[in-house]
Amino acid sequence: MANKFFVAPSPHVHSAQSTQSLMRDVLIALLPALAVSVWVYGLNVLLVTAVAVISCVLFEFLIQKYLIKGPGTIYNLSAVVTGVLLAFNLPSNIPWWIIVIGAAVAIGVAKMTFGGLGHNPFNPALVGRVFLLIAYPVQMTSFPQPTSNQFVDAFSGATPLAAVKANLVEVGDINLLNMLSGMMPGSLGEIASLALIVGGLYMLWRKVITWHIPVAVLGSMALFAAVVAFMKGGGSLFYELPAFHLMAGGALLGAIFMATDYVTSPMTHKGMLIYGVGIGVITMIIRLWGAYPEGMSFAILFMNSVTPLINKYVKPKRFGLISGK
Amino acid sequence: MTVLLSTIATLSLLGILSAVILYFVAQKFKVEEDPRIDEVEKMLPGANCGGCGFAGCRAMAEAMVKQDDISALYCPVGGAECMKSMASYLGKVAPEKEPTVATVRCGGVCAKRPRTNEYSGAKSCAVASSLYVGETACAYGCLGYGDCVEACAFDAIKINPETGIAEVDADKCTACGACVKACPKKIIELRKKWPKNRAVYVSCVSKDKGAVTMKACKAGCIGCGKCAKVCAFGAITVENGLAYIDPQKCKLCRKCVNECPTGAIVLKGMEPLPKEPKTPVAKPAADVAKPTAQPAAKAVEATKPAADKTESVNEQK
Amino acid sequence: MKTFPLGGVHPSDNKKWSNAKAIEVLELPDVVNIPLGQHIGAPATAKVAKGDKVLTGQLIAEATGFMSANIHSPISGTVTAVDMQPNGQGLRQMMITIKREGDEWMPEIDRSLDIKRECELDSDAIIAKIKNAGIVGMGGATFPTHVKLSIPNGCKAEYLIINGVECEPYLTSDHRTMLERGEELLIGVEILKKALKVEKAIIGVENNKPDAIAHLNKLIKEKNFAVTVEPLKVQYPQGGEKQLIAAVTGREVPPPPGLPIHVGAVVCNASTTVAIYEAVQKNKPLIERVVTITGKELKEPRNLLTRMGTPIQKLVDMAGGLPEGDVKVVNGGPMMGRAMVNLDSPVTKGCSGVTVFSGNDAHRVDMECCIKCAKCVSACPMGLEPYLISKMSKKQMWESVEAERITDCIECGCCQYTCPAGLPLLDYVRLGKQTVMGIIRARAAANAPKK
Repeated sequence: MANKFFVAPSPHVHSAQSTQSLMRDVLIALLPALAVSVWVYGLNVLLVTAVAVISCVLFEFLIQKYLIKGPGTIYNLSAVVTGVLLAFNLPSNIPWWIIVIGAAVAIGVAKMTFGGLGHNPFNPALVGRVFLLIAYPVQMTSFPQPTSNQFVDAFSGATPLAAVKANLVEVGDINLLNMLSGMMPGSLGEIASLALIVGGLYMLWRKVITWHIPVAVLGSMALFAAVVAFMKGGGSLFYELPAFHLMAGGALLGAIFMATDYVTSPMTHKGMLIYGVGIGVITMIIRLWGAYPEGMSFAILFMNSVTPLINKYVKPKRFGLISGK
Repeated sequence: MTVLLSTIATLSLLGILSAVILYFVAQKFKVEEDPRIDEVEKMLPGANCGGCGFAGCRAMAEAMVKQDDISALYCPVGGAECMKSMASYLGKVAPEKEPTVATVRCGGVCAKRPRTNEYSGAKSCAVASSLYVGETACAYGCLGYGDCVEACAFDAIKINPETGIAEVDADKCTACGACVKACPKKIIELRKKWPKNRAVYVSCVSKDKGAVTMKACKAGCIGCGKCAKVCAFGAITVENGLAYIDPQKCKLCRKCVNECPTGAIVLKGMEPLPKEPKTPVAKPAADVAKPTAQPAAKAVEATKPAADKTESVNEQK
Repeated sequence: MKTFPLGGVHPSDNKKWSNAKAIEVLELPDVVNIPLGQHIGAPATAKVAKGDKVLTGQLIAEATGFMSANIHSPISGTVTAVDMQPNGQGLRQMMITIKREGDEWMPEIDRSLDIKRECELDSDAIIAKIKNAGIVGMGGATFPTHVKLSIPNGCKAEYLIINGVECEPYLTSDHRTMLERGEELLIGVEILKKALKVEKAIIGVENNKPDAIAHLNKLIKEKNFAVTVEPLKVQYPQGGEKQLIAAVTGREVPPPPGLPIHVGAVVCNASTTVAIYEAVQKNKPLIERVVTITGKELKEPRNLLTRMGTPIQKLVDMAGGLPEGDVKVVNGGPMMGRAMVNLDSPVTKGCSGVTVFSGNDAHRVDMECCIKCAKCVSACPMGLEPYLISKMSKKQMWESVEAERITDCIECGCCQYTCPAGLPLLDYVRLGKQTVMGIIRARAAANAPKK
């Protein structure tokens, strides 16, 4: 017989999405922010990104091949995404060896120790970043000025958040348009607010993510900021403070790219909303009253740890079931 | 310095306080348990395989201690020795059970059972068997996706990549029965374990009609009944086109092995009987006496290998 | 535009290969095999033996009890065997084999194409006629229709919903039936309304069949039928009974043992409704149906009016034969159909199509690790968590999967379709569901005598 018969249970068709295609879409969504970063900080940005990506992929490959001895998972591009996200969390003038250490922690400790993609309880890139932040606080928090400096000179080298925290500048004095375009000091991926939003819209269009987590994170942050603005007397702060907090620091990068990481976020839409609101509120608490000027990474890592609990108790709406039964 | 001292002091205080609280809580909620349960549990193999029917060794130990009559309890992994030592510790009577071993009753190796299609669903016998007949035309044979391998806690069963059929390592098998439960085709059976892993069994469970079986697999039992006719012990029954050798009645005389036209009766751990020449009609008396004598001898000295003693005792006939 | 509330996916429907092909009558087969169990419930009991002569439309197997269906001979000839034969999955089941001699019909069957609208019968008589004709759900579920129409005490039917959704990709048999037998369908709806004593009748059609919607609306207007056509947003599995009821009425059928009638709805497939018309008005039992034979690489996809029991191979030949190389032949559509190994197996009452996958489409995608993307949870139309119940089933945690409502699963396959890691989610969920159903039945049996 010329035919070879194949048999499998239904369904017999499959959507075009695969792990690899999803990761590729995330990478495409990250490109605009990378481009803006190159424009603001120069070619150094590409170097940092390249070092981060290459070391992440290399670590995953080596661990996969010599320690786990499982099937290769390099081609699903998840290590590349981790590398880019790690780079996006670093200042563009960071020494290369720190990046390598960060990649080793992100891939070696946060991802592969737990069994690789799909099993890690915490976002690998964020674990890498937080490790570096604690281990090398000076290198991690001194940012170069944007090459075409149009920024308020009063707090050179400090991010807007740090400047506001240290009372160097009032929120009302900051040019929100500069923040939108990326003209501010910061780690290389977090500055380009508009580009990040464009990337997020692309991922929504490609059905890579759903709206729940970004909207919950940003919405709760804006609401929190608005309440704080109300306590402070309102006025123009009402829109300035929420807008400032949404664009400053890693709010957008975190909400759109880090918090939506599949593995470490909840499985149900309801759970995603709870998770997102948790991140937003914790971020704002750390920003306003904590020791660090920025709390996005800590908030996400904290909510990562809550995710299994959310998955256990927050169930989707069952068809035909009256709630409460 | 004062900071250091106060830190040490508060932490120590906290520690002591918690310890005291924990102590009282532990006292209050203490569960009285028969200390013998712990002892019995230590005697059990600790495999937690569930072969005894309990959730684990601890549950088995509890049952051993609590039930007066433990004749229904048996640990297939520890075997008679383990049961004896536990029974003597508890002052009860140990149940006697002869050792058994898991036996895969399918001989449909790739060469004998042609593949007609390729299965690309989840690698699970249970999934495949609930879907369709399988990769061959035989609806009864081993599928080879290894549900039994998954179930085995002792690494005693493997899918042979050459044959595509599960194989039991009789030395590792503890007869816990996990594979028997896991097999959706009910191919695996716990059969009496003879010394030196000797065995004679029908390696087929196909209830199809002979012609259908033969078309699907050259090694299948076609229910011709030749084996049942030569069996001197009434150990072989043929039902629904399938022969079955009762392990309790079989004496490993091996006569049926030579009779089987498809080779569905498998002989393990022993040399087959010499093939009878096709023309022994000349001296039938001697020939009949010889083969039938052997099983009888075995019946007498059950555990000894089938020796070449030729006592002409033949009670069965 | 209406659709169902939870989940769903939108696979490319690929109906273009066959939706413009008019229904053709397939030439009569020389030998037919009629399985006794081709419906949900007890297999029918054979009423003929080897050597008997039968006429087309003659009763050859009688329903065994209430939850069963009659079976009629699709051709005239001689019974050559009543024996175990392999079905499409290669498993043996009892079948009646008939060798054809001409095509002589039972005299009471009206074979004319005249349309007969008036129906004088009352509800019970209609249901009795449907029962005699051996009609079962022709969308694939094969639930005996007379059981569905017999409303249990304490329930009242409010809506009659005709399922013209045909949400399965590739298949076009219902589509063509609605287009070519529209008037018969609408009369069938009237008959069903009478049988159920309901006022509201709605035909749900997905709006990827605008011609069918327009055709039915035109007929309703011209010939004055009291039926509405509800266009629905294209979304799989809209043709699932529960999903369709939710889409049309907004009511959700409670989980098992909840039935559609508990929310006042009775759903009937479009092809089934035409068969009901023929049974009631023309005395014609269910002996033939429209089967779509389609596939990307088939030379000539078709919609064929096929007698039951015709070997699938005959349909494949009509479509130009199987393409070379790797193939997967599926009885039904790509989402819920069953892959076949035996093409000599017969067309049965529930076979709405034969889909042929070739080349790469015959294979499954490669498997990777679950990345917890939650796409399966979003896609599940029943609000279950497929990733979880699949994993639990694989680990045989039957109590846990029962608590996670695995018995709600309708096996639509959305979860597995959408899984980017290509995991066999439904394979294990289906296994778990079967096992849990067994456990529930055993528990019920154990509890029964105590009462």
